[in-house]
Amino acid sequence: MAVTPQTLEELARAEAQQPGWGSVILDFIRRRPLGALGALIVVVMVVTAATANILAPFDPLATDYAAMLSAPDARHWLGTDAFGRDVLSRIIYGSRTALMVGLGASLIGATLGSLIGVASAYFGGRVDLVVQRVMDVFFAFPVIILALAVVAILGTGAGNVILAIATPMVPRCARVVRASALAIREMPYVDAARAAGYGHRRIILGHMLPNVGAPILIMATAFLGEAILLEASLSFLGLGVQEPTAAWGLMLRGAAVQFAESAPWMAIFPGLAISLAVFGFNLFGDSLRDALDPRLRTQ
Amino acid sequence: MIRYIIKRLLAIIPTLFGVAVLIFLLLRVVPGDVVEARYMSGEGQFQSQELMQIERKKLGLDQPLWKQFATWMAGLVRFDFGLSMWTGNPITEEIKLRFALSLQLALMATLVATLLAIPLGILAAVKQDTWIDYAVRVFSIAGLAMPSFWLGILLILALLVFFHWLPPMVFTPIWVNPWENLAQLIWPALAVGYRYSAVSTRMMRSAMLEVLREDYIRTARAKGLWLKLILSRHALKNAMLPVLTIISLEFAFLLGGLVVTEQVFNLNGLGMLFVESIARRDYTLTQALVMLVATFYLVVNFAVDIAYAWLDPRIRYR
Repeated sequence: MAVTPQTLEELARAEAQQPGWGSVILDFIRRRPLGALGALIVVVMVVTAATANILAPFDPLATDYAAMLSAPDARHWLGTDAFGRDVLSRIIYGSRTALMVGLGASLIGATLGSLIGVASAYFGGRVDLVVQRVMDVFFAFPVIILALAVVAILGTGAGNVILAIATPMVPRCARVVRASALAIREMPYVDAARAAGYGHRRIILGHMLPNVGAPILIMATAFLGEAILLEASLSFLGLGVQEPTAAWGLMLRGAAVQFAESAPWMAIFPGLAISLAVFGFNLFGDSLRDALDPRLRTQ
Repeated sequence: MIRYIIKRLLAIIPTLFGVAVLIFLLLRVVPGDVVEARYMSGEGQFQSQELMQIERKKLGLDQPLWKQFATWMAGLVRFDFGLSMWTGNPITEEIKLRFALSLQLALMATLVATLLAIPLGILAAVKQDTWIDYAVRVFSIAGLAMPSFWLGILLILALLVFFHWLPPMVFTPIWVNPWENLAQLIWPALAVGYRYSAVSTRMMRSAMLEVLREDYIRTARAKGLWLKLILSRHALKNAMLPVLTIISLEFAFLLGGLVVTEQVFNLNGLGMLFVESIARRDYTLTQALVMLVATFYLVVNFAVDIAYAWLDPRIRYR
């Protein structure tokens, strides 16, 4: 805890000592090496997704029946699948699908969840009770079952999968955010806003929501890894993103299992990509949580 | 204590009712119904509309929604799930064997998770901030990151390459041939258990660290007690509570949450049945499955709460 600057000179000195971005990053790497590793993986994944069209050696959808199921070699670094499509290119393009679905689902899930959580805490009383009971109902469903039910209603495809994955996240986010918002509701500035005659919407959105930013950010980051995993599971079941789109879960489906013995590269590499991505997001999320909220620190 | 139990038990009922309403409505929003699913695909595409209406009438699908719901509810309170709309068999018959499979798999996976989590968590806590601690952390986070279906594929691949073993096409119940049954289920249990051990390992570690800082542990050490004895007799007992909670809650979700693992290992469990029944728009079967999984989850939750109150009197009367 730094001493509060008293004089102008002290203020100026404190200003000059403000660490720059470079040293903040260096400090993060030194103090949280695993978190830095996670951040590195995340950055690599984002860059890969953004530059997929430059990085990928082949068109991920281009079939080449002359080179079906060919083993990794100088031409196809990670081999080809049952349609002769380049596995490496499909993994590179698959990162786009994973990131899009992961980010989309976390964004929607966290936004809706935190709105419900804050509103529930703000209104309290009967509203809070009803909202909590409804959330309890959603909690009684296993995540994948709820996601499958939503897919059944909306149909498959990337957009619907985002909604399907966001759905089970809403009650989970709402519960955590509500707990934080309950404490904030008693803060003097919320009282002041109410006394000033502000409307419910202005208090909820303008005064309470910004102050539960840390738990929301933590939840959203934690969801990202889970969302990527869930997307892969749904696609693997054939109920997520559809062929011929490049998606990691989809690559593990069907032929990858069928030809696992003769063409193991089809089963190994996409799974590695999923694991590495989720690993990165989880490590990064953990460290972020430690850094942002010391109370939640996992010893 | 009795009052607490009754209060918690009564709290389950409105939640279950909510689950029933939600799944009932969700299924009605899904486009198509069982008659369409049966006749509109494949060669029966040109079925006459009248025939389909007769079929619907037979299944009670022509009734207004509230009436369908009331009929279903009336059956549920008598523990009568009714008949499957697709096969016409009693749902209890359809579910029986699959429930046994999923429950056994969930139990075995939980056992694997526990056997991994408790020793690893203790080890990491005792060797805090050493390379052992980091290795355990990486091991458990890696488990959390690997999709269990991929782990399953790798396991099958390894078994295939080294032992020429393939997952059998049919499931052998444990009461028919225990050995064959275990040989079949141990692999999916390992794949799932490893993944689910991650959270409990970390919980075990942090709970243990917290307990090790308590005064009574310092006293025990000052007395010159062996570290082993302190760990097993003093620390473990007090650190177990949160870990057991996490493990049981994970177990509660495993019953219906193993859809993908069942797919990989070709096991006809509840998860596969759920996917199938949704695809066939078999309302009665899907509803029964969801109620079963939700009840299981709520009952395990309830049992954890009661066990907690019983083990820790401080929270009993809140």
